[in-house]
Amino acid sequence: MSRTLAEKILLAHTEAEEIQPGDIVMIRCDLVMANDISGSVAFREMERMGVPRVFDPSKVLMVADHFMPAKDAKSAELQRILKTWSKDQGVAFYDQGRGGIEHAVMVEDGWVVPGDVVAGGDSHTCTHGALGAFATGLGSTDVAACLAFGEFWQSVPATIRVEFTGSKQPFVSGKDLILAVIAELGVGGGTNHVLEFVGDGAEALTIDERLAVSNLAVEAGSETGIFPADEVTREYLEGRTDRTWTPERSDPGAPFAREVRIDLDALGPLIAMPHSPGNVASLDDAIGIPIDQAYIGNCSNGTMTDLRQAAQLFEGRTVHERCRAIIVPATAKIYREALAEGLIDTFVEAGAVVSTPTCGACFGGGMGVLAAGEKAIATTNRNFKGRMGSPEAEVHLANSWVAAAAAVAGEIVDPQDVLDAVPA
Amino acid sequence: MTAARAIEGSAIVIDQDDVDTDVLYPGSFLNIPDPDQKKNHLFEGLDPSLRDQLVGDTVLVVGENFGMGSSREHVPQAMKAAGIQCVLGKSFARIFERNCVNLGLMIITAPEAAKAARPGAQIRVDAHAGTVDVDGVSFEARPLPPFMLDMIEAGGLVPWAQRRVAAG
Repeated sequence: MSRTLAEKILLAHTEAEEIQPGDIVMIRCDLVMANDISGSVAFREMERMGVPRVFDPSKVLMVADHFMPAKDAKSAELQRILKTWSKDQGVAFYDQGRGGIEHAVMVEDGWVVPGDVVAGGDSHTCTHGALGAFATGLGSTDVAACLAFGEFWQSVPATIRVEFTGSKQPFVSGKDLILAVIAELGVGGGTNHVLEFVGDGAEALTIDERLAVSNLAVEAGSETGIFPADEVTREYLEGRTDRTWTPERSDPGAPFAREVRIDLDALGPLIAMPHSPGNVASLDDAIGIPIDQAYIGNCSNGTMTDLRQAAQLFEGRTVHERCRAIIVPATAKIYREALAEGLIDTFVEAGAVVSTPTCGACFGGGMGVLAAGEKAIATTNRNFKGRMGSPEAEVHLANSWVAAAAAVAGEIVDPQDVLDAVPA
Repeated sequence: MTAARAIEGSAIVIDQDDVDTDVLYPGSFLNIPDPDQKKNHLFEGLDPSLRDQLVGDTVLVVGENFGMGSSREHVPQAMKAAGIQCVLGKSFARIFERNCVNLGLMIITAPEAAKAARPGAQIRVDAHAGTVDVDGVSFEARPLPPFMLDMIEAGGLVPWAQRRVAAG
């Protein structure tokens, strides 16, 4: 019987002997994660379930990353609970200054290998699909059951096969690839489905780029967005983990619910216009929109790849007087690497603010939220009304080259135009 | 096990598709732990005046792909605390739907009923029969998988898990 990659992973994590899309089965987790927002509720619910200890402390990690550093006493209390509980349960805990944004840290430190099932108390847990895992976001009560029993209930999803063909064009990154997919599917088009990314265009992507693609799978409503593990994955994981894994892919003739093809030879940079990740326009159609704040970072696009792209634009130039720029390296390690490469100096010299790794303003938590009437460009994953602050602000989602170019120009521009102009 | 019963309430209607959990409960309030305080911020980014309709037993009537985006359980927690008995819609985002099931909040897909319901309409949901009555007119609902219906009627994932612990 031909199976999809997602079905193979799920079948290896359930007691059921056979699974079909729509079946509800219990799925075992290889890893359970929560943060300062989802954690405390999950701990309380686990206690109410009558289970005092986690199912396996080696498979649990907690990351303080959302209201971090704490914006007020209530947020500080959430982090205190996270820390105390983690210590008491003997599970890994990434404190302020020790890790960074959950999904970036988990990948960087080798917590996830291909074929894993990852249950996370954060909707962007789908990011780990970049490594060939079935990784999915859950609410706090679901996380409580995962902590208690190492299992969650799951309706078996069908798979949408997304094929990237051809080669990436200049100033196109993983962000543009996934925005093209969301434009095709719509924000609900992937609901109850897994996205599987294949094709020569997918295989050519680095892990940083794959992370950006998988991160936004949930913005199409999908359970996860998965890349079959390959040589790129193997090289990335070398030295990060001792765990063994076997590369798996969908069987020939596996049943796909739908197939989507994106031709990278014909794909330019894209922008998700306010107020939806599905409201996708070409960069050309967004040129000239004035920008009050550029925000580069978060769990989708705060990698070294992104920081280098941004630095390319900021090097020898300054942030436009109309605009503010915030750079958020996704982890402490990325921060240090950027420091060693001189990127941080480039950003600060240009007049950008460099933030500690945090979810911060991406979800309106703090660290650079928007005022009414302001327009922002962000490399984040959501531009819903009010997402980054005032409901009267507007957020445009874009890749790091495009966001940095807008910071320099004070309006949305083609990055090539900034590079061609005489430095300020 | 709680006895199965039909759910009744008056309709509060959100006549939009793709409503995200950020507008239903904005990020800046995610540090509030108490559900009774959470309900004061429900619908904050969408239309805070909807909260004025939260009187007695209510049924929230919504469009397509309702609850997309963030996994924040604050949304169904606030809904329950505010007296919403059921969310009735054309379709739902996955994490929101499972959060409702896990909290024992009835969530039912019935596109025709959702289309017919006007604000204040009397709604009666019989999940076992698979019907939704809107002011006495009956519509078909998409059947809930027995696993999900059982969990909702058990009061959610916590009582369901308590049973599992008790059974050893």
